[in-house]
Amino acid sequence: MADKKRYERPVINKHYSGLMNKFGSRPTTAPKTEIDGVPVNDLVKQFGSPLYVFSEKQIRNNQRNALRIFKTRYPKVQFAWSYKTNYLNAICNIFHQEGSWAEVVSEFEYDKARKLGIKGEHIIFNGPDKSREALLKAIKEKAKIHIDHFDELYDIIELTQETNLKAQVAIRVNLDVGVYPKWDRFGFNYENGEATQALKRIMMNKNLQLIGLHTHIGTYMMTAEAYRIAASKLASLARFLKDEYDTIVNYIDMGGGFASHNTLIGQYLPAEEVVPSMEQFAEAIASGLYELNFKVDEMPTLILETGRALIDDTGYIISTVLANKRLSTGRRALVIDAGVNLLFTGFWYKHSINPAQDSGVNIEDTTIFGPLCMNIDVIRETINFPSLKKGDRVVIDYTGAYNNTQWMQFINMRPNVVMVMEDSTVELIRKSENLDYMLNREILPDKLK
Amino acid sequence: MNIAVTGLNATDNPGPGVPLIRSIREGEGFSGNLIGLIYDSLEPGIYMKDIASKCYLIPYPSSGLEQLYQRILQIHEKEKLDLIIPCLDSELYGFAKLQDRLSAIGIKTFLPTIDQLNIRAKDNLFDFCKSNGINVPKNILANSLQDMYSIPNNFNYPIAVKGIFYDAYIANNFEEALTAFNKLRVKWGYPIILQEFIRGDEFNVVALGDGKGNMVGAVPMRKLYITDKGKGWAGVTLDNPILMEISKKVIEKVKWRSGMELEFIKSAETGEYYLLEINPRFPAWVYLAPSAGQNLPYALVRLAMGEDVEPFTNYTSGIIFVRSSWDLITSIKEYEKIATFGEY
Amino acid sequence: MTNYIVPQNVAISDSGFLFQPATGESYTLNEIGKLIFKMLQSNSSGEQIIEKVCEEYDAEAKSVERDLEDFITQLKHYSLLKLS
Repeated sequence: MADKKRYERPVINKHYSGLMNKFGSRPTTAPKTEIDGVPVNDLVKQFGSPLYVFSEKQIRNNQRNALRIFKTRYPKVQFAWSYKTNYLNAICNIFHQEGSWAEVVSEFEYDKARKLGIKGEHIIFNGPDKSREALLKAIKEKAKIHIDHFDELYDIIELTQETNLKAQVAIRVNLDVGVYPKWDRFGFNYENGEATQALKRIMMNKNLQLIGLHTHIGTYMMTAEAYRIAASKLASLARFLKDEYDTIVNYIDMGGGFASHNTLIGQYLPAEEVVPSMEQFAEAIASGLYELNFKVDEMPTLILETGRALIDDTGYIISTVLANKRLSTGRRALVIDAGVNLLFTGFWYKHSINPAQDSGVNIEDTTIFGPLCMNIDVIRETINFPSLKKGDRVVIDYTGAYNNTQWMQFINMRPNVVMVMEDSTVELIRKSENLDYMLNREILPDKLK
Repeated sequence: MNIAVTGLNATDNPGPGVPLIRSIREGEGFSGNLIGLIYDSLEPGIYMKDIASKCYLIPYPSSGLEQLYQRILQIHEKEKLDLIIPCLDSELYGFAKLQDRLSAIGIKTFLPTIDQLNIRAKDNLFDFCKSNGINVPKNILANSLQDMYSIPNNFNYPIAVKGIFYDAYIANNFEEALTAFNKLRVKWGYPIILQEFIRGDEFNVVALGDGKGNMVGAVPMRKLYITDKGKGWAGVTLDNPILMEISKKVIEKVKWRSGMELEFIKSAETGEYYLLEINPRFPAWVYLAPSAGQNLPYALVRLAMGEDVEPFTNYTSGIIFVRSSWDLITSIKEYEKIATFGEY
Repeated sequence: MTNYIVPQNVAISDSGFLFQPATGESYTLNEIGKLIFKMLQSNSSGEQIIEKVCEEYDAEAKSVERDLEDFITQLKHYSLLKLS
């Protein structure tokens, strides 16, 4: 046995001109055999496949790094963890341990943060959907309510009158930063004076304490300059409040939206080449805020609700090859056990995928399908990939943002989520779902039994 | 000295690698090897005599920077590269991001900064020109189909529909614009640039900036013959102080570092020059520059190697280039070398 | 296993470079692909090929058979094989 050569599937590749080249026969994907020092095979053996894996070390690094980058450019910085990006308790608590507040956009997320022991005053309550009950709770617990529209403002005014409580409020402002698409569906518009109007309305009411200004210019922003424009426009509102009402806001919340290093499907160049660095975003925001020219102790705190850029590259999905296929066009296809039900972001990203074992050097243009019995279940339309056998494993990179909040319980149940801790031990942070869990919520009427 | 050059695709939509190598070879006092970095086993420059002494396949920038760097590292081990001159628009971001790592292993580059690349990116040119008193056509950046519907509010047909890196179509109505939009979307992604179409003659300038605000040299040219792809197939050098002045202004304002091509159109209506595009690398007709007395590619090599280069003060007008087609003959055995081993 | 014919004049070099002069197409094969293709050229049967591969490589007959099926499908797709 020992003198036999290592086997690899027979492969033939046609030469095309003007398409992807094969430079020599070097692999274009390197095997990813471990995550944070823990072998992929061990993880699967213990927790099954597919499997979500997070890296505690990477999350803390990202958060500390981001804080350092902003603090070296602006004196007062506070991060607030964007729950909707990933609200698994273990993830949230790492951010809270690192000093982040909670940024929530629903009563459910609000309650989740409270259950984790986050004080109301450290919760930023955003979004267009806040019921009167939720608002009342937030007012009582002194949460920071970021008002999205006039109807919400009137609700708050009524509630504070009825209860004689004071509400801590900020307004969300939408503004033109020269970037398309313009997000004008959230908050009050800056350019047409609606934001000033809302501020005036708030300042007239003694039960409302205006503590901040907030904007969130978009998602996956590829230009840092847009943040400078946004910061300078909020700064001019803060200046207006000082001049007109002698009120100095405690904070300016610049929201989130920094692009991560995942490449969008419609994007030709890889994200790492075109996406601005965190330093550039920080530089832009700081330079916009410094237009305030307030005294040092009057400068508002800068709040950041960064989600994607802090969590995307800390999560992976390990998946197993179910089958190799040859499509009618001669194209190779791979079916793996993680589909768009688990990788929702596969709809807009070209996720980097690597084999988890040495898989030879012959690369073929391949389509990777998920396991669902649905035509839309495509993980990668086209990727240069080595030959894998049934039972081999792959690691999908940068899956940390939105996949554990937008995942679908569709055809299959959701699998285990684990975290590789800083000391390389592995903790289960969400158990896989089972039939009992699913049936627990269902009610079968007697007639149908 | 060992210099690696990309863009050996001397096709009907040519990259500037071949004329660049030709210019450097003719540089006064130049001695060294010129190595081709290629993306396809059929790039014509590979098979031309006395152009590249050796060629290597490299991965496309879109397949990731780390892979590109690793491949360059392998080539560097064999060839001991002193300088890389990337020649294609879509490579420049990648190489700009890699330049520190390349410099750490002893490979020099002479590239525009990311900020400069962003200024010239087709989408930002408009603002730059407006704030510096340079005429420029009106622009819309389309990020979705929805944006196409804003055309009528901004300008009249025909319009130019352009990809972020390459490709442009002229559309005479909404349907044509839509077709062009879809082609570009699939090929180059978003954003897509919708631009006011200005009728008139095209003028081009090849220039070199030293990165400190000085224009080391520039040669203006008027295309005499244009192919159906809009490529100049013949052109003549001009004595045109206005074009020189605008080019100088751009280089000074941006402190442009590297070779470049400025594309102008002289409006048939107003007689004014409009800056259409800044290409952040030498054009495929760059060999016209040394032929007219300014060896800009070799000047770039000297700048990259840290030499002081005196700006050129004149050039000869009336020098013509005529591009030609010429079939190179090779055998499948030669093709096999590059297709199988990635080297030739 | 069915027997196949490889079109005439198809040459495969040591590097695994395959040129089909009838169509002008060219291909690259990996080592095992090359071995199998050469065996097909010399009219070896499927069983012989599997035996030979298992003899030289650390592989199980079952997986070689499956891979061979796929490889042959591809060769047929590229018109590098036809049924005898």
